[in-house]
Amino acid sequence: MQTVPWKCLTYYSRYTWWVQTGKLFTVLLAVLMVCRCTTLQAEEESTVPQIAFINSQIESVWADAGVEPVERATDLEWCRRVYLDLIGRIPTVDEVLRYKNDHSRDKQSVLVDRLLSDEYVREYAKHWSNVWTTVLIGRDTNNRMIDRSGMRKYLQTAWESNVPYDQFVEELLTATGDNADRSEAVEFNGATNFLSGKLGDGALQATAKTAQIFLGLQVQCTQCHNHPFNSGVKQNQFWELNAFFRQTRALRRFDGGRRVAWVELVDEDFAGQGGDPNEAEIFYELRNGLIKVAYPVFIDGTEISKSGLLPGSLGDGTPYGVHRRRELASLIRSDPLFPKALVNRIWAYFLGYGFTRPIDDFGGHNPPSPPALLDGLAQRFTEYSYDLKSLMRWIVLSKPYGLSSRMTPGSEKDAPDSGEPPYFSRFYIRQMEPEQLYDSLMVATKTNRVEDIERQDRWLSQFVMAFGTDEGDSSTTFNGTIPQILMLFNGDLVQEATSLDRDGFLDQVMVANHKNQDKINALYVASLSRWPSSIELRYANQLLLARQGRVKEALQDIWWALLNSNEFILNH
Amino acid sequence: MNGRKCRGPACSESSRRHFLSHLGGLAALSTPFASFANSLLANAEGLKKRQKSAILLWMGGGPSTMDIWDLKPGQATGGPFKQISTSVDGIAISEHMPMTARQMHHLAIVRSMSTREADHQRGRYYMHTGFVPNPNVEHPGYGSLIAHELADTIESLEIPPFISVGGGSVAPGFLGTTWAPFVVSPQGNVKNLESLVPQERLANRLQMLGAIENRFIGEKRGQLPKDHREIIGKSVQLMTSSQLAAFNVSEEPTSVRERYGETNFGRGCLMARRLVEVGVPFVEVNLGGWDNHSNIFSTLADQKLPDLDRAMSALIEDLADRGVLDNTAVIWMGEFGRTPTINGNGGRDHWARSWSAVVGGAGFSRGAVIGETSLDGREVISEPYSSQDLMASVLKSLDIPLDTTFRSKNGRPMKIANGGQVIPGLCS
Repeated sequence: MQTVPWKCLTYYSRYTWWVQTGKLFTVLLAVLMVCRCTTLQAEEESTVPQIAFINSQIESVWADAGVEPVERATDLEWCRRVYLDLIGRIPTVDEVLRYKNDHSRDKQSVLVDRLLSDEYVREYAKHWSNVWTTVLIGRDTNNRMIDRSGMRKYLQTAWESNVPYDQFVEELLTATGDNADRSEAVEFNGATNFLSGKLGDGALQATAKTAQIFLGLQVQCTQCHNHPFNSGVKQNQFWELNAFFRQTRALRRFDGGRRVAWVELVDEDFAGQGGDPNEAEIFYELRNGLIKVAYPVFIDGTEISKSGLLPGSLGDGTPYGVHRRRELASLIRSDPLFPKALVNRIWAYFLGYGFTRPIDDFGGHNPPSPPALLDGLAQRFTEYSYDLKSLMRWIVLSKPYGLSSRMTPGSEKDAPDSGEPPYFSRFYIRQMEPEQLYDSLMVATKTNRVEDIERQDRWLSQFVMAFGTDEGDSSTTFNGTIPQILMLFNGDLVQEATSLDRDGFLDQVMVANHKNQDKINALYVASLSRWPSSIELRYANQLLLARQGRVKEALQDIWWALLNSNEFILNH
Repeated sequence: MNGRKCRGPACSESSRRHFLSHLGGLAALSTPFASFANSLLANAEGLKKRQKSAILLWMGGGPSTMDIWDLKPGQATGGPFKQISTSVDGIAISEHMPMTARQMHHLAIVRSMSTREADHQRGRYYMHTGFVPNPNVEHPGYGSLIAHELADTIESLEIPPFISVGGGSVAPGFLGTTWAPFVVSPQGNVKNLESLVPQERLANRLQMLGAIENRFIGEKRGQLPKDHREIIGKSVQLMTSSQLAAFNVSEEPTSVRERYGETNFGRGCLMARRLVEVGVPFVEVNLGGWDNHSNIFSTLADQKLPDLDRAMSALIEDLADRGVLDNTAVIWMGEFGRTPTINGNGGRDHWARSWSAVVGGAGFSRGAVIGETSLDGREVISEPYSSQDLMASVLKSLDIPLDTTFRSKNGRPMKIANGGQVIPGLCS
């Protein structure tokens, strides 16, 4: 905050004063601004071929559907959005002003490159580690076979070094070692947490989640019978996929008591349920009670050795055995669904809807829309060696991501929330993820607690509701419900954020700005990345009156209102 | 609530009126919250006698109904449990449900549920909504639907119309966030109710907030910003409501709490009774842990059934004694049943083809059994009933018209309860 060019805020306060007092000025300014906006908007097509590809595909979607895209988001709206989506928090006052004062033509790509550079790599990795923790192990914190901080530690490192996605998935699928980083656990490997909690009951969860997350296939129903509507998935395929996990065991380690202290994931020879390790089969039951046999066969029909023994060699050097999980990882990496599942997930993350609904249910029963864009992006992502940052860069610099979230009559036909396919003709407004809100509150209030991940987890856990099944599934009550409102109204985080302590955020705003209006401007920029409207200023002045000149208290009230507003909590 | 008599900025009725006068007066300057404040003032008149409610006892994980409501003694599939007689001649249920057996004359068992969703997530969705999951539309579940249908008849309710105790339920679907379940812990703790500042200042703050909210809504950014403003109104209403006391089960005498059982489910059932009594139209109480793939019989006999029996019987008995049962539908079910075949781990797996649900109160028949399964429990041998049919019957028991049709946002008509038919004999 010390480096904020407060003069700039002062400039804006004068600017707003003009707007308030001089109608003529208002008109003139409006004209000027329109001219300026149109020059900015009249930019030529992107020279990056992947971005140009997205744009042309989406333009034909618009043309086919007969929808008119809305205008582009304002500079500052886009800036807030891209901070939230790439590094998981809103921009600080410094960052807003820096972007605002950049007048170069390529300011958008400059900002994206900066957010993807070393400058922000810790925050970038922390954000994506939050996202992937939820994808890989959910939000339920009660599973003793999973160590959340171990999972996070691994993800943080992986995303800091921008591990290519195919390698990332291989590491998750083949991990061995201890799942928690503690002194007694010598072989720490946080990647083990993806599987450590999913191997119970014959690794049913490992099978279902691996297919769902990395291939976009819902196979959990096929455990008991052929898929009811996806004719592509049969019951035998579930068990043949399941067979790949049968050399893997999660060993519970105790530190004296009866509670599991950590879990060690190991590979062991699998003797097979029939007792012959060279033909290590598993049995499963058909609906009619018949028992069938399954060996590891990938969903595309590729068979691997039936041996349950880990690789080794006999005295004469003859090799034997197979490492089933490694085979699985390499089969998944080369499957055509593999890049598509990721592209669909990342696109849905940035644009609000994927190419299929839900994003992890591919198959003839659920065709993607538009298919060419999904296929084309998946192909380009593969060509770029599964580089996640490149994929994100293409998406956030594309036309659909840059559109406003305001509806216009021409875009009303684009209504994915009522079941129509999304046409991406505007930016779909949405709730921040709880982690984004948490970090944004931290940043907006300069509460330097961003690193306290356990506090974040405790805070989040109040919104998580378990369903009481063996699968440990849960839902969150975070999404715009009364408990969320009450938390922001009265909870301890907001109490801290609005405190008047010395050197706290509000205190700094008081000290750094002379005029009341500058102080109010600072609050608006810090929370909403914009300046207040004249009507809002009038309300703020009423608050100053109500507090009878106790400016600090009035600021506290305004700050509370800003942090509780729809505009703050929604990603728009 | 934790034993404190009073929470929130408005404890007594007079201080509440005081607060509302601030809010009303200031809001009139701008009107962001004026209509909301006016409705608060109007509603402060005190409780009125009221209408129907429903309580859903949701058994997460899929309970083995053939070990509870539809036993098959002597069959290979039957398991070790014995039957006992109940307060209704000719109806026998599990020996581990003795107290509920004495309340059987208030209840009706549907032994002919036959569904097709045997995956937890899909089953939960289907049994809550009457629809199978569909990628293009989210349907509202029982709680959102019934709260929505009955809300107009409740003028005096200040707390949310759909309370879910100790679980997640399902989303409100196309009815929108305002009909989402309000989830509370079985202890009745509603977090963050106490305002950080005195009432007058809170009113000032809300006025400022209203200006920001309205500006953003005015920019035509769709439904979410509007929903947010509406839920702010409901949250403020909740913070200032004396009805919050209904959550506070610790107000009940020890003897009553013990009758329900000092378990999460027991407290949840007791809270459901208290909530229904203040006018909440829908309460869902969750009891998980029925996904018994192994050691099912000891788990049921030692843990699940004693807890269920105690709480459920106390709830039914109390509702009846207090004259509330005639206006309150009680529904007991999970997402599906469990396999008649006992697996190698002494457990039962997921099974949707033949299972039981139980209802009672409101317009339901009393002391009845509907339908029949085969000797080994594998087939329904009478007319089979679906989630839609059960839902239609529940709606009928609450006098909610079955010709209600919703229009999803894109204009597609959707029949209430997915066009299910009332189960013959289930409603009186």
